[in-house]
Amino acid sequence: MSGARRLLLAGGIALAVWGMVYGLWYAVFAEHQALEEIGSSLAAGFGGAAARNSALAERALQQYQQAKYVYDRQVDVHGHWIGLAMVLIVLGIGLDRLAFSERIKTLLSIGALLGSVLFPLGVLLQTLNHGNGPRALAVLGSALVVLALAAFALGFARKPSNSKESRRN
Amino acid sequence: MSSSQDASARESDMVFERSETFAPLSARRLLLLGGIGLILIGMIFGDIFAVFVLHQNAARVGASLSSAAHAALARDGAAVVKNFQDVGGFLENRGTKVDTHVHMIAFGYLALMLALLAPWMALSANTKKRLAWLFLCGAGLLPVCVFLIHYVGLAYSPLQAIGWASIFADLGGLLVIVAVVGYLSGLVKHFLSGERAAVQDDLLTDSSVPGQLLLAGGVFLLLLGFLHGSYYAAVDLYRHEALDYSILSRISSGAAAQDPAAVACGLAEYGQLQGDKAVKIAAHAHIIEFGLLSMLLAFFQPYVSLRETWKRRWALVLLLGSVLLPVCVLLELKFGFIAGGLADIGGLLVIVALLAMWIGVLRYTGQLDAGGAT
Repeated sequence: MSGARRLLLAGGIALAVWGMVYGLWYAVFAEHQALEEIGSSLAAGFGGAAARNSALAERALQQYQQAKYVYDRQVDVHGHWIGLAMVLIVLGIGLDRLAFSERIKTLLSIGALLGSVLFPLGVLLQTLNHGNGPRALAVLGSALVVLALAAFALGFARKPSNSKESRRN
Repeated sequence: MSSSQDASARESDMVFERSETFAPLSARRLLLLGGIGLILIGMIFGDIFAVFVLHQNAARVGASLSSAAHAALARDGAAVVKNFQDVGGFLENRGTKVDTHVHMIAFGYLALMLALLAPWMALSANTKKRLAWLFLCGAGLLPVCVFLIHYVGLAYSPLQAIGWASIFADLGGLLVIVAVVGYLSGLVKHFLSGERAAVQDDLLTDSSVPGQLLLAGGVFLLLLGFLHGSYYAAVDLYRHEALDYSILSRISSGAAAQDPAAVACGLAEYGQLQGDKAVKIAAHAHIIEFGLLSMLLAFFQPYVSLRETWKRRWALVLLLGSVLLPVCVLLELKFGFIAGGLADIGGLLVIVALLAMWIGVLRYTGQLDAGGAT
């Protein structure tokens, strides 16, 4: 089995397991609390308006905004890690049909794997730090994924590969 | 040996190899047919849900939010709480249906992926087969029970917060986890073994035009989905989040100031914002899912027993539907029912193409079992 294929298959499976473990932790320890906070702060905001208490309403809605910001990103991270892991595994399975040299395949595989790890990580870090660092990490990760996918699309479209290497494990 | 004899020997080796890895009730056959079946049912369910439940449910959520705002306007705190409880109920109804659709399709993808990886798993054929049955039972049980959660509720449940439907859904999830862990252990065993035999799998060497179309087209769809996602994150995400807060804040302050016009205006804007968010996220998710489906199906083209021209046509139909649905979903806010109808046609094209390929695989199994596959 080529290094590039091993990287995509092993990396994809590891990332999928990591995404599921993160999802399990999130479902057990964080999700219900987050949903409870979103619902109760929204209700408190409107309750404050009903009581003509503008300060309470404003505070509750800000709490809602913050809780929703964190919730959306945590759910997105879970979905994107697992989704990208599936893409890596499928790309790994079909790697022999890619009309590029082994060196380019390895570089593309490293780029795709790195981007798939960094992009959701950057999004997750945004829940801890609202600065530019996590955003830059997410942008870098997604750019790596997009560039790698563009190259993969080109390589798959160029010609069907019939390499004997592909029959070997 | 002459070159024609050599070619015919190679051909017969390939047929033997295929019939061995795709034997009746083998893990690969079960996972492939079961996986496409799960995706088909999940998509048909999604279409029914989109037509008969999604919009009606969104209207009910909007109406309850509106009632909550008007209750705040009328200084009725109890009615505010009651209306938010109603919103919770509607969202639970919607959430369980979305989960049914998503899980069924995701399990279908996982089944196709496991079918592809089957030759790399250092497990006996019997173990693989048992794990395939376990996987398919769990993959069927979980979505059906998730669908029932809203209707069964806590009836006859021994627990205070979790009903029977949730318990059986969790059992389905557990069966899937056990099967996947079993398969993973086979993969790890294979890769850790120093003297592993070379895996021969003709599915990976197929270079037919439909396969290439689906593979390249699938990656292209993924790329489009990621580019759209990046655009959404850069242009819309933060704007939507800021608007979500500012509109709710305006509704709330309008209610506090007893300004019904401000409340009505805010509610209308909030509805538009939710619609805008929903179509953009749905388009992003669907184009990526269809891309992945197309790539997975590319590998199984040698098992689709249809004429080459028809295989090409169905590949093109699948790709056409995969582009049409997300693009028309995006245009739904601008062009209303026309775009919505075209999106449904896109979904239907994907379903029909998938069904055609599934029938092609069934034909292949029949020929193989009768000893006539080539």
